[in-house]
Amino acid sequence: MTDLTNDFVAQIRDAAAAKAPLNIEGAGSKRWYGNPVVAQRSLATAGHSGIVDYDPAELVLTARCGSTLADIESALAERGQMLPFEPPRYAPESTLGGAIATALSGPGRPFVGGVRDFVLGMHVIDGKGDVLKFGGQVMKNVAGYDVSRLMTGSMGILGLISQVSLKVLPVPVATATLRFELSEAEAIRRVNEWSGKPLPLSASVWEKGILHIRLSGARAAVDSAVEQMGGALLDVSSADALWNELRDQTRHFFRDAERMNGGQTLWRLSLPAIAPVVTASQIPDADGQLIEWGGSQRWLWSAASGDAIRDAARQMGGHAVRFNNQHSGVETFAQPSAALMAIHRRLKQTFDPHGVFNPGRLYQGL
Amino acid sequence: MRQDETYNFFMNQPPKSSALIESLLKVLPAANLLWHKEDTAPYECDGLAAYRTLPIAVALPENEAQVQAILKACNQFGVPVVPRGAGTGLSGGAMPMAEGIVLSTAKLNEILEIDPLSRRAVLQPGVRNLAISDAAAPYNLYYAPDPSSQIACSIGGNVAENSGGVHCLKYGLTVNNVIKVRAVLMDGEIVEFGTEALDAPGLDLLGIMIGSEGMLAVVTEVTVRLIPKPPAARVIMASFDDMTKAGNAVADVIAAGLIPAGLEMMDKPATRAVEEFVHAGYDLNAEAILLCESDGTAEEVEEEIERMSAVLRQSGATRIQVSESEAERMRFWSGRKNAFPAAGRISPDYYCMDGTIPKKHIATLLNQIAEMEGRYGLRCMNVFHAGDGNMHPLILFDGSDEDQWHRAEDFGNEILEACVALGGTVTGEHGVGIEKINTMCVQFDEKERDAFFGVKAAFDPAKLLNPDKVIPTLHRCAEYGRMHVHRGRIPHADLPRF
Ligand SMILES: Cc1cc2nc3c(=O)[nH]c(=O)nc-3n(C[C@H](O)[C@H](O)[C@H](O)COP(=O)(O)OP(=O)(O)OC[C@H]3O[C@@H](n4cnc5c(N)ncnc54)[C@H](O)[C@@H]3O)c2cc1C
Repeated sequence: MTDLTNDFVAQIRDAAAAKAPLNIEGAGSKRWYGNPVVAQRSLATAGHSGIVDYDPAELVLTARCGSTLADIESALAERGQMLPFEPPRYAPESTLGGAIATALSGPGRPFVGGVRDFVLGMHVIDGKGDVLKFGGQVMKNVAGYDVSRLMTGSMGILGLISQVSLKVLPVPVATATLRFELSEAEAIRRVNEWSGKPLPLSASVWEKGILHIRLSGARAAVDSAVEQMGGALLDVSSADALWNELRDQTRHFFRDAERMNGGQTLWRLSLPAIAPVVTASQIPDADGQLIEWGGSQRWLWSAASGDAIRDAARQMGGHAVRFNNQHSGVETFAQPSAALMAIHRRLKQTFDPHGVFNPGRLYQGL
Repeated sequence: MRQDETYNFFMNQPPKSSALIESLLKVLPAANLLWHKEDTAPYECDGLAAYRTLPIAVALPENEAQVQAILKACNQFGVPVVPRGAGTGLSGGAMPMAEGIVLSTAKLNEILEIDPLSRRAVLQPGVRNLAISDAAAPYNLYYAPDPSSQIACSIGGNVAENSGGVHCLKYGLTVNNVIKVRAVLMDGEIVEFGTEALDAPGLDLLGIMIGSEGMLAVVTEVTVRLIPKPPAARVIMASFDDMTKAGNAVADVIAAGLIPAGLEMMDKPATRAVEEFVHAGYDLNAEAILLCESDGTAEEVEEEIERMSAVLRQSGATRIQVSESEAERMRFWSGRKNAFPAAGRISPDYYCMDGTIPKKHIATLLNQIAEMEGRYGLRCMNVFHAGDGNMHPLILFDGSDEDQWHRAEDFGNEILEACVALGGTVTGEHGVGIEKINTMCVQFDEKERDAFFGVKAAFDPAKLLNPDKVIPTLHRCAEYGRMHVHRGRIPHADLPRF
């Protein structure tokens, strides 16, 4: 429960003066995500912690970036509320700042929203060491550009997110998980059809011929959906285990040592929900996928080159993210168009003119 | 263009604009370029009619290539461009610049695609908000953000303002419902923000485009998310004999874990004004009325209405009515939906404010506004999105009396400053435009405003796209600070100070 703002400002100004860039680190639980940072110094956020304000009736929680997700979620749970975007907890000490800067969202993404949908405002320390406040603690706010959203998922390259205000939601009254045996193509079609109906879908996953659907909402809504949709009801503890393993990526699929040792890399394909099945003829080794987000997030292991995978994803209207460090030298994220890259560079210049923050982590040279 | 017209035009214009018009006529059919005063007059203001300017010309492109060509030409001549949708904006965002042109999306109004399976609609920017839901209706889908202006306002304008509506508490704002935007930068470059998937590589530029008030790029195509139409909806109309109790009831509903599909409040003056207009049977003795809606499956609505009623009763509602039919539901809503015309009926003019505050301060702000009414000698009625703390005080005045308009403006600014002081913001959904540019000095300090200028320049380095809106210069803020002192912020402001 300490406020280290002044300390951060001093470190940032010193780094700028010394031309010695900083690697911003929370718990380090997502250190592997993104390109390696080219910096000797690191700035540790973990000490800058504490919930600054939480009023359940406002559905708003404000906390410092070094607060752990665990602490925040337990404070919310006490009042029957939750982080609707279910960020992965790669380690018990994973911080709020890291969750916002990477913007990784959990199984409910297409149905409930992602990190970006719940960020209301933040305090950012820019590369000159100035503390800037954008957005606020209210649900609707269009005063000035939405810089908080720009910072969300920025991988720390624009500034230090020192404090965040989030919209939170009540924990749904009822949940249920249904199990269906379906082919990949059939599963994708069914989820999309159901999504167009007034059913309380809150997550989906397909793996090895089995589709699981999570339903959340009012008791009556969940009960009637269970009746309408068919499928087999999963018991509560298996269901909880399943969605937690997906959220935290502790499921075997994500840690498949055999594939990793066999020289394959884990890729996250972000695609239009109804994109056709990605086959091994498009991407070598593409069989054996895990598919979430109603078809929009497809995970696969492959030994194919980064370029080949990115091309395939682009052709399907999406993009591919390299999800582990097996092939060093390959960028983590796909490149935006040249015009957008120019905007990226100018934004970097605006917020971090001395290039202090996380150089290279989002894109080399940025 | 007739020869004599051309002659007159060129004779009356500074050389820069005549050369510009000439090059615009090379890329646009003559009928799509207006420059006579009688043709451009309808574009001299948006929904904030108090501010008016005639532009050099109004361009009405029919396709993206023409948008591109217009921007390139203006870029070359250094002429500013103000994009315009339906012109329903309430903050002067689409108000022209005398030395610039207006780029209207009126002829870009095609629905390009509705895909029921992936629940997406691809739209040209001039498509009206309600037309999207109409086109999706055969598939039992709709576009959720529903500004009260939805029969008229365009999706391009919605993107620019991050517009909201009654149902945003549950279904989100424009930013939560738009997945991709195609746009043209001031230099003519075509860019795409977002993808058909749920995220895009790199920084969230889609996020910053939404709500950027036409200052970063001209939107030429918008892809939105459609959602299933709830089969049932019912609304509770609850009366309160005390404003504070009503304000607390809003918080109590949310604290009970309920997210209503709409949660709106009207104060007594508003209720009286709308009742006279719509005769919906509102409780005229109530100090405040809450409209609390539930939607979903019939069973779900049943369950929620019961829980909501219990909370409202506990919070001290003096009367509770639940709509028993769709006709009754529409009747309960009719007053809320007609608040603007009702205000127009009891007053020659009204000025609509748009601050947002934490819900717990609703009663505080309403009491402050009541005190200001006395001080400014103007009436104010309140109808607002209580569930998300988005206040819409309607200040009533007579525009033919210059002094009343100035008092209305000062009254409005004081309300907005009160919103900031209560931890809120000067605009929840109508945008800053030209109207709230001064109050931006109160909400943001110089360094934050500099950051906004930096964002602007990242997209539009030449600063030609709607350049004089939203972000106040240091000079303007200094000026505004001085005006404050004039307007009685310090005791005995009329006495000379040395
Ligand atoms: C009676 C009434 C009720 C209203 N109710 C609501 C409400 O409930 N909620 C709400 O949020 N708003 C409301 N509004 C405000 C207004 O309708 C919205 O702000 C709307 O989104 C504006 O859309 P428009 O097409 O009229 O845009 P305009 O007024 O034409 O323009 C608004 C801004 O968008 C920019 N712009 C327009 N098109 C483009 C484009 N293609 N590319 C780039 N920039 C563009 C303009 O430059 C300008 O800055 C209301 C207005 C009225 C008159």
